[in-house]
Amino acid sequence: MAPTLHGTFGDPFLTATITQLAKGLASGQYSSVELVDEAFARIQKHTDLNAFITLNEETARQEARAADEARKKGQAQALLGIPIAHKDIFCTAGIKTTCGSRMLANFISPYDATVVHKMKAAGCVTVAKTNMDEFAMGSSNETSYFGPVANPWDQTRVPGGSSGGSAAAVAARLVPAATGTDTGGSIRQPAALCGITGLKPSYGRVSRFGLIAFASSLDQAGPMAQTAEDCAHLLQAMAGFDERDSTSVKTDVPDYLLGLRQDLTGLRIGIAREHFGEGLDPATAQAIEAALSEYKRLGAQLVDISLPNAAHAVPCYYVLAPAEASSNLARYDGVRFGYRATGYRDLEDMYKRTRSEGFGREVKRRIMIGTYALSAGYYDAYYVKALKLRRLIADDFTRAFERCDVIAGPTSPSTAFALGAKNDDPISMYLNDIYTIPVNMAGLPALSLPAGLAQGLPVGLQLIGRYLDEARLLNVAHKFQEATDWHARVPAGF
Amino acid sequence: MVACDGLTSRVGWCPVNKEDIEKIAHLARLGIDEQEQEAYAADLSRILGLVSQMNAVETGGVEPMTHPDEAGLRWRPDVARHEIEREQLLALAPQTHHGLYLVPRVIE
Repeated sequence: MAPTLHGTFGDPFLTATITQLAKGLASGQYSSVELVDEAFARIQKHTDLNAFITLNEETARQEARAADEARKKGQAQALLGIPIAHKDIFCTAGIKTTCGSRMLANFISPYDATVVHKMKAAGCVTVAKTNMDEFAMGSSNETSYFGPVANPWDQTRVPGGSSGGSAAAVAARLVPAATGTDTGGSIRQPAALCGITGLKPSYGRVSRFGLIAFASSLDQAGPMAQTAEDCAHLLQAMAGFDERDSTSVKTDVPDYLLGLRQDLTGLRIGIAREHFGEGLDPATAQAIEAALSEYKRLGAQLVDISLPNAAHAVPCYYVLAPAEASSNLARYDGVRFGYRATGYRDLEDMYKRTRSEGFGREVKRRIMIGTYALSAGYYDAYYVKALKLRRLIADDFTRAFERCDVIAGPTSPSTAFALGAKNDDPISMYLNDIYTIPVNMAGLPALSLPAGLAQGLPVGLQLIGRYLDEARLLNVAHKFQEATDWHARVPAGF
Repeated sequence: MVACDGLTSRVGWCPVNKEDIEKIAHLARLGIDEQEQEAYAADLSRILGLVSQMNAVETGGVEPMTHPDEAGLRWRPDVARHEIEREQLLALAPQTHHGLYLVPRVIE
């Protein structure tokens, strides 16, 4: 039995990216089994973060052994033997998939989501399922049935949501790779609050098969890791057409790693006035300005653009997403799977008890808003109105991209807020997603990268790209990460 | 149901009351008891207040957008695919009987 990694050559997880771990594995410096053991040791040491819902210890070790065997036989994919954690919204065959909810607390999927299947095929070892806001509804990872997740940078604060567990796990260097999903900012905002890199691909770029649906026209799966280069590795494996997802696009997947090296001279970065208005925390604004100056040094030019309908994206989203959710969550009725209440009088009573006991408060709020917006007499005033506004928001981006190649701005209006601070005011919680929501409306790709610290807490820079232009986003983020080291900062104690 | 006129440019309070909650909850098959109805009514009113900000935007003649245009809905051949065994699916159910899902009596 090999000595622990600490004793042999320091802690490889403290600074190791996927790229570095791949080199270490390839050169035989350590094995996948050792990496996986190390991951579990770190996870057990930091259970106070509550980043995970289910650990996959036995099977992970088997998968790691298989990866090591495959390597001996000559296999050499970039992700072979790399530990990964999946947000608990992805169906994983044989491992519980709870979606952060009592409704699915004991649900074991009979099949793998396409994303899970692809990461396995690429050689990743599934270590755990990460904690998340219930049914992906939230911006702070406080609505989970399994308790809130703590931000590793300050455990009295939220990690962001809904992919808070994945973000915290990567930030604390418990795993080098994680998956998340993003419907209104749920990859980007926790990435920003936890100081990691997270990408929401273009709508249709990554399969939603096996991804528990929240809002089908907005949901998208994506990678979360320390760097853009790492995200490029992960996206390379997860992207692509899937015939089982009727909204999957057939466009070829480019070589994301090749695209990283491109020089930024002449890059036009659009800066939207609306992103720097009221509501943006001054310390966050300052860090973003510094990051933009860095981009100028790298050869980019900043161009003024306007996204006039961005201000209406939040109200629009809080009609569309709940409307779609009210439909998607109708399947949770206690009949075929999941939670079923007891003590019911008849079928209707069974439905009502099951759903009121199985769902938490935020989920019920959103189901009701969605039901209201779609109901007779209100459908045109709310739902159709929101769909028209969605068109205007998308058109704003099309116009803006005539004048620039990427749009840059803050991911979140502030750094991580205190746990419990926004529980009494859903509106204040919803406004956290003010910069991220318009992107999902338009179906565009966007990522958040660590761009600085404000009072010791991470600040994320959001980059928005044209449809299917993930390669450019990863390139623009990568060049920044070559010139700066915010992405390499690790919270104290981890 | 209390009418909250989404067609005016009124911004702000858009009251939803307990009766509205009862109706909406029934549509959504959610069991919300009396004590909770008040709280949900207040929550929904605030959210609808936020949502009413949409009325400030003129959208006459704008085509509704249900999903990003490029990712259109694709059709597949109407051919059954057998991928998961019936037993695997039944094993997930809270109650089954002779290979069928068991629920409370529906027909008297």
